[in-house]
Amino acid sequence: MEPLRIRDRVFKSRLILGSGKYKDYDEMIACWEASGTECVTVALRRVDLKHERERRNLLDVIDRKRFTILPNTAGCYNADDALRTARLARELGLGEILKLEVIADEETLLPNTAATIDATRVLAKEGFSVWAYTNDDPVAARALEEAGAAAVMPLGAPIGSGLGILNPRNIATIVARAKVPVLVDAGVGTASDVAVAMELGVDAVLLNTGVAKARDPVLMARAMKHACEAGRLAFLAGRMPRREMAAPSSPKEGRFTG
Amino acid sequence: MRGGSGGPLRVVLNGCETDVLGGATIGQLVDRVVKDRSRVAVERNREIVPRALYDTTDVSPGDVIEVVTLVGGG
Repeated sequence: MEPLRIRDRVFKSRLILGSGKYKDYDEMIACWEASGTECVTVALRRVDLKHERERRNLLDVIDRKRFTILPNTAGCYNADDALRTARLARELGLGEILKLEVIADEETLLPNTAATIDATRVLAKEGFSVWAYTNDDPVAARALEEAGAAAVMPLGAPIGSGLGILNPRNIATIVARAKVPVLVDAGVGTASDVAVAMELGVDAVLLNTGVAKARDPVLMARAMKHACEAGRLAFLAGRMPRREMAAPSSPKEGRFTG
Repeated sequence: MRGGSGGPLRVVLNGCETDVLGGATIGQLVDRVVKDRSRVAVERNREIVPRALYDTTDVSPGDVIEVVTLVGGG
């Protein structure tokens, strides 16, 4: 299958996994391996002043030859904080790629689209490859692209909700109009949600809780991998037209029964 | 003069009021909290301090310093 390309980054897998909410690092890595992912998201936070020295740092755990690290700006509620976070991520040696998210409020965790567009414009000028988390809104997606986003990432449903792809028609419209890759990010609860997203023609799916909070996370990671591949293949194959009524698959001619 | 001479001065490190010795550098502050400098990035008064400048950047009274690292997230 054709790889996923976002600017000069190339990935064989079209699944991107998060690194949050796992029982421990071992489970997280096992899930990444089972999912086939080559790109994983991480967050930036203050070091724990008392305990950081004894702790295993995430950078000591991730094999960067196998997994590209995609830092996010999760927890930022305005453009300025997202810019600071992006610059700190680059200073950490993570390169130019960034999952930009500017959240509007803590209850919905929905994106602040205007602030995301503003931050995209600034970061794109600074050389970042901005993967912009956005609402399932074709107008916002286009505005982000015009602001210089390398990829747009509409939500399937609110972060951590596992509700699936709530507005498939809007996702399809975003795909049809976009010139940059489109990734569904957030809301994916189970394998069929990934398949639905991929069948709509998105280039990749980013998920975290759907795997981390499954009863058996490693098994779910494997399911997500197959769903992603199946959905992509179905999209490429082109589904049959929908019909209002039944149409027999066996010939009417030559029947020997009443 | 570097290396921690002079009276204590107070800064805000990761949101906590912290006393450091006058003349201390960002590098000395970072080494107090982490084993490996490559695992963190530092902001002083909302400006990035590049790693190459840790040992030549003095801490001033009232500085607001953030030392951040990677954690799990989605």
